[in-house]
Amino acid sequence: MKQIVEISGFLALKEIWRNRSRFLLVSLVIALITLLVLFIAALGEGLGNGNKEYIAKLDAELIAYQSKSDFLIAASRLSKDRLAAIRRVEGVADVGMLGTANATLILPGDVEPLKVALLGVQPGHTGEPAVVQGQQLGTDLSDEVIIDKNTALRSDLKIGDDLTLRVTQGTQDEFYTLRIVGVSDGQQYSLQPSVFVPFYTWDRIKPKSEAEINSSNPVANVILIKLVDPAAIEEVSASIVSQVNNVETATLKQAINALPGYSAQQSTLNLQGGFTLFIGVLVIGGFFQIQILQKVAQIGVLKAIGTSNPIVAMASILQIVVVTIVGVAIGGFMTFLFSLSFPPTVPIVFNGTTTAIAVIALLLIGPLSGLISTRYAVRIEPLKALGLS
Amino acid sequence: MMNTYALETEIVTKTYQSESGVINAVDEVSLQVKPGEFVALVGPSGSGKTTMLSILAALLKPTSGKVILDGQDLAAMNEVDRVAMRRNKIGFTFQANNLVPYLSAVENVELMLRLNGRLDKTGKMRSRELLARLGLSERLHNLPGQMSGGQQQRVAIARAMIHNPSLVLADEPTASLDTERAYQVVETFAGLIHEQNRAGIMVTHDLRMCEYVDRVLQMRDGKLVQIYSTKSEIMELVKGKHD
Ligand SMILES: Nc1ncnc2c1ncn2[C@@H]1O[C@H](COP(=O)(O)OP(=O)(O)OP(=O)(O)O)[C@@H](O)[C@H]1O
Ligand SMILES: [Mg+2]
Repeated sequence: MKQIVEISGFLALKEIWRNRSRFLLVSLVIALITLLVLFIAALGEGLGNGNKEYIAKLDAELIAYQSKSDFLIAASRLSKDRLAAIRRVEGVADVGMLGTANATLILPGDVEPLKVALLGVQPGHTGEPAVVQGQQLGTDLSDEVIIDKNTALRSDLKIGDDLTLRVTQGTQDEFYTLRIVGVSDGQQYSLQPSVFVPFYTWDRIKPKSEAEINSSNPVANVILIKLVDPAAIEEVSASIVSQVNNVETATLKQAINALPGYSAQQSTLNLQGGFTLFIGVLVIGGFFQIQILQKVAQIGVLKAIGTSNPIVAMASILQIVVVTIVGVAIGGFMTFLFSLSFPPTVPIVFNGTTTAIAVIALLLIGPLSGLISTRYAVRIEPLKALGLS
Repeated sequence: MMNTYALETEIVTKTYQSESGVINAVDEVSLQVKPGEFVALVGPSGSGKTTMLSILAALLKPTSGKVILDGQDLAAMNEVDRVAMRRNKIGFTFQANNLVPYLSAVENVELMLRLNGRLDKTGKMRSRELLARLGLSERLHNLPGQMSGGQQQRVAIARAMIHNPSLVLADEPTASLDTERAYQVVETFAGLIHEQNRAGIMVTHDLRMCEYVDRVLQMRDGKLVQIYSTKSEIMELVKGKHD
């Protein structure tokens, strides 16, 4: 075995080295495919983040919706009495109301107004994001906001600044001015940067229809639930549904998949990534197949002088592996250089796991696509060396 | 006295089916070659020379008969054992595409030792010495593409002999060479075979090359039809070709 690896390694590397420009060209093609695949993966992560980031980072295990709301947050309505009822269920550690809405952030000067997600959360309860700068929200009624990193980057607003929101209530545009007390990490929601306000403030300043203006009963969209023991998620979920009327629960994963457009977007990007990998298989497979056709006589000679099939096969595979690794390494490095030049607002996020999966997939396509040519090499008759069939 | 022969065939036949019926490419050929003996295989086109050589090289299984090399019957072996025989006991030069194109002259020669797990310091030295002996000491690190046809043939001869095989086979070693080069290559080849006590067989179209061999086997229609074994018979054959 050791001898097989030694000899096939010798043959494979010598051939690559003596034809390095040709092999480098193939590696460069693989590098470009790598670049594309990694960017599609990063784009998927970035765009997905824009949609799910806030939900994905929640310090909660379950989300309660109004029943029959199909896990659509915007379609669900839950009043304060549900909050109390859910809190009483055994196994629930903390609950927090979440209200979602859209608003427009008016910026000083000629700057284009910024559309933001206006999220009402309960200070001190689950759902309020942790600040990385400044302070958490004060009371349920205060005129304070936490903005997420994306809002801060795009608006240039800082802690202590006043922030003006424009919302439509009834038939009129209303303007509300609040004070920024903290900045959180990235917490995008619904493809927008986020602004977090205390729940009762949210209820006061959120966009309203004519009918809603005079209603005084604050209603949340969903209730976020943190458990005493995250492992007991199934049991607690079942008790909530049986003990509290008119609610259904979703895990964070279910909730994310139900976000409008999220699944469709991710599957589109996955399809694109898969398709790019498939093109890679064709390109690498095609190259090595053509190469093996040109090498029939030379492989015939190798076999005629006593080179065994395992050595011929191993040399062929090793060559493909080396070319693929070099290509993926170059592509990875190119991706890294490119990523440095992107502004932070571009939704491209290199996530360790996703990138690792993409790299592994890329490394696998080489040997996979080379299987045909390797099989062909093994089947070449040594008699070819004599010009006989 | 069976074991005085390095190579011995017993009524070897190779049959091919074709549209025009059954062809005996090799027809009941029995021959013997002793160590240190250099034999030429001649005959008109289609007489079965290449087919016979392929059978002796363990590249092709005969339809019937025995091919006994160093006491082992090649015809009865499976492919794995035949591959092992090819790299251990047989040396081979081909008419064209002889060398591995991405290996230098010395790497091509060393490859034979490498395949046999015998490439050590002495092996490397011997490879260089043998190439020097063949007049290639300036060409050790040239790739085949950077060498002339004659130089490539000489590298192939070194590769065919470096691993001390019992049997050395050459298919038309002079086909691509001019007369002067051809004489040179065959003379060196014959010298090495005699000196190292190998059994050597060369297929050739060019009867003038028979000057350096000990015996000439003539084939026609797959059969061994004539054997020239004395110096005078052979020289007559060589000269006859001149007229
Ligand atoms: N694979 C094959 N299938 C059918 N017939 C074959 C095959 N190989 C060789 N033959 C036939 O066997 C006979 C001997 O062929 P071979 O190549 O051994 O002759 P040769 O003496 O080497 O000829 P040349 O001097 O032209 O090289 C020919 O009639 C040839 O057509
Ligand atoms: Mg022939």
